[in-house]
Amino acid sequence: MRKVAIYGKGGIGKSTTTQNTVAALAEMGKKVMVVGCDPKADSTRLLLGGLAQKSVLDTIRDEGEDIELDDIRRDGFGSCKCVESGGPEPGVGCAGRGIITSINMLEQLGAYDESEELDYAFYDVLGDVVCGGFAMPIRQGKAQEIYIVCSGEMMAMYAANNICKGIMKFAESGGVRLGGLICNSRNVDNESEMIQEFAKRLGTQMIHFVPRDNDVQRAEIRKMTVIDWNPEAPQADEYRTLDRNIDNNELFVIPKPLEIEELESLLLEYGLLEAA
Amino acid sequence: MAPDSPEQAVELTPDGTLTSEALREELLKAYPKKSRRKREKQFIINEKTVNEDGTVTLPQIGANTRTIPGILTQRGCTYAGCKGVILGPTRDIVNITHGPIGCGYYSWLTRRNQTSAPSDDHENYMTYCFSTDMQDENIIFGGEKKLAAAIQEAYDIFQPKAIAVFSTCPVGLIGDDVHQVAKDMKEKLGINIFGFSCEGYKGVSQSAGHHIANNQVFKHVVGTDNTPRSKFSINLLGEYNIGGDAFVLEDLLERCGIELVSTFSGNSTYDQFANAHMANLNAVMCHRSINYVADMIEKKYGTPWIKVNFIGAKSTAKSLRKIGEYFADEKLMEQIEKVISEEYPAVFEAQKQYKPKLEGKRVMLFVGGSRAHHYQDLFGELGMKTVAAGYEFAHRDDYEGRDVIPDIKIDADSRNIEELHVDADPDMYDSDKVRDKWAKEEKGYSFAEYDGMMTQMAEKALVIDDINHYESEELIKRVKPDLFCAGIKEKYVVQKMGVPCKQLHSYDYGGPYAGFRGAIEFYKDIDRLVNAKVWKMIKAPWDE
Repeated sequence: MRKVAIYGKGGIGKSTTTQNTVAALAEMGKKVMVVGCDPKADSTRLLLGGLAQKSVLDTIRDEGEDIELDDIRRDGFGSCKCVESGGPEPGVGCAGRGIITSINMLEQLGAYDESEELDYAFYDVLGDVVCGGFAMPIRQGKAQEIYIVCSGEMMAMYAANNICKGIMKFAESGGVRLGGLICNSRNVDNESEMIQEFAKRLGTQMIHFVPRDNDVQRAEIRKMTVIDWNPEAPQADEYRTLDRNIDNNELFVIPKPLEIEELESLLLEYGLLEAA
Repeated sequence: MAPDSPEQAVELTPDGTLTSEALREELLKAYPKKSRRKREKQFIINEKTVNEDGTVTLPQIGANTRTIPGILTQRGCTYAGCKGVILGPTRDIVNITHGPIGCGYYSWLTRRNQTSAPSDDHENYMTYCFSTDMQDENIIFGGEKKLAAAIQEAYDIFQPKAIAVFSTCPVGLIGDDVHQVAKDMKEKLGINIFGFSCEGYKGVSQSAGHHIANNQVFKHVVGTDNTPRSKFSINLLGEYNIGGDAFVLEDLLERCGIELVSTFSGNSTYDQFANAHMANLNAVMCHRSINYVADMIEKKYGTPWIKVNFIGAKSTAKSLRKIGEYFADEKLMEQIEKVISEEYPAVFEAQKQYKPKLEGKRVMLFVGGSRAHHYQDLFGELGMKTVAAGYEFAHRDDYEGRDVIPDIKIDADSRNIEELHVDADPDMYDSDKVRDKWAKEEKGYSFAEYDGMMTQMAEKALVIDDINHYESEELIKRVKPDLFCAGIKEKYVVQKMGVPCKQLHSYDYGGPYAGFRGAIEFYKDIDRLVNAKVWKMIKAPWDE
């Protein structure tokens, strides 16, 4: 089983990308589990056709510790397994501690056991790795590969670079590696080239350039992934390509984060190319 | 019965061969460079310089700074200082620990601070342990609702006058707003409810907790009851009724004709705090833990404060006379003299009995923020010599005197503790008191003065702040003192080395030691401890 964590700046499209990716993998016949690590618990909405999931933490709260795997895991599109970690409402408690608790609970309940015969487990993690809890999915023995969703926008690249710093720390002590950048296009000038260069300098690759297509939003409104809503749509093929690339990926590295100056000059170089 | 003569040089060992300099160097040698640099400042020799004008300059000590991790400190946490020390001895406030159960449980009834409610029908919550018992779930989802429910539950069962909420470490980490919950519940229930942001990690020691406690009690309780008090009324600040000390002092003051409005906080009640600002004088015992309240009361109400010490017969007499002198009433002063003369014969008798058995014995005291100083008076009365002393959590002013306060460097750790801004109360500020204070000062009466511990200690005695186990053990090995005074964490390590250890936090099982009666009790206990034959039998026969 491959354990994959998806990181990236808040609002970049992590959950959408993850769910479309999971849907495409499921379509390929892979057995996939997706674990939402966002207190908002909206990482499985498109796979389940709505926010129908009771989160791990809510279940623990209501039922005590005596819970079954089936209490917190539901089948979604293509028989993928959906879990939402959940967490406190904004502004109270400790969401980071929540993620730690719920991943521990999943492990104790055997969600990752071989008997589950999973091909993939995906962790969809909240935007910024603000504290230890949000790094839980990449601690030793958890996810081994990470993909960072980013775009050619400055703040998205800053965030990606910052996440690389976090990965570096855990890569040195554990086994986690960066598998690549997923460019979720925002139609920025020279976006693909810039992200490819950015990836190269980080020592990784742009695993796929997902173009901007409003079919994604059209599907979302219907609480569906593109694959589910319209398998014939060109965007569905983009996710299929992304999946093939991930499935065949062999480049796993410890990233070399850029100094801020270098990152800025990269932005300047590619951003001004078009303007010139 | 003078305490150790400050001019006379200390003799660490009976043969006089070990010098303070050599001993200090030996002990510091073991530290890595960075640790040594830090400990050097906190491990000093009491070398006084007499200036041309006759004043004395003391060496500077490093104090109230972070402990080196792993060094086995004596110190406690901020929560312990706030809940355990200051609020713990008040019997009729329901003290709720907001946190995991261990914080509440292990701070429950551990300080031997006694209390005496007038009858069984009066409120006394000291024997209870209130905690919100936070679980993983409350950490994740926040504990505010559970706290509100706990306050409600405590209220439903007891209907107390007041409820206090103490924050433990995780509460600060997850950001539960205890003050808002307290405010909401105060409005809902109509009793006084207030919170303390006294998370354990907040300061370098329990001292931060004392300050936080002072602030909140002053802000939320003091000044809420304006019932007038008599002319000769005082508050006793920084007295915690360990082993019944407060009972002795209450009796003593009453016999002298001095009205005790409140004690912070031995044998105290909520109503006493509320009315404390109506007393005419504040007498401060433990300067470290409570000087903030004394200062704030003076700023807001104009009530002056003086430093007193009721540990040691001589200091007790001196303190009573100082209070009498403040009120400057012939009859009161006569009565004070009468009480002193009633008490003193028994003290002399006891000294005659015990001093010959204890004279010349060497003591080390490492405890508290005032105790390491105050108890030197008692040992002095027995002719015992303090060769080394230090505080656990005191600041520089407790060592070197309040004159150094303007020079104390304010670091990030002290800035982390709120400093209340206090203005004179437009209605209650007593200008007459202030004018009276100025007039007395003119005549040489000293207010708000504390010379610190080092002034009184012998020349070249060792002064060690925040001592650790390594240093304690080496001191014992090399100096072989006749008595070591510390707390429960040190006691048995010390005694296994063949040296008796007196706990000055809890008094072991003894006390009271305050006042005249307490002094006699202390002489007796020290004789029994130091002169016990058991210390010569520590070695196993086969090791002889």
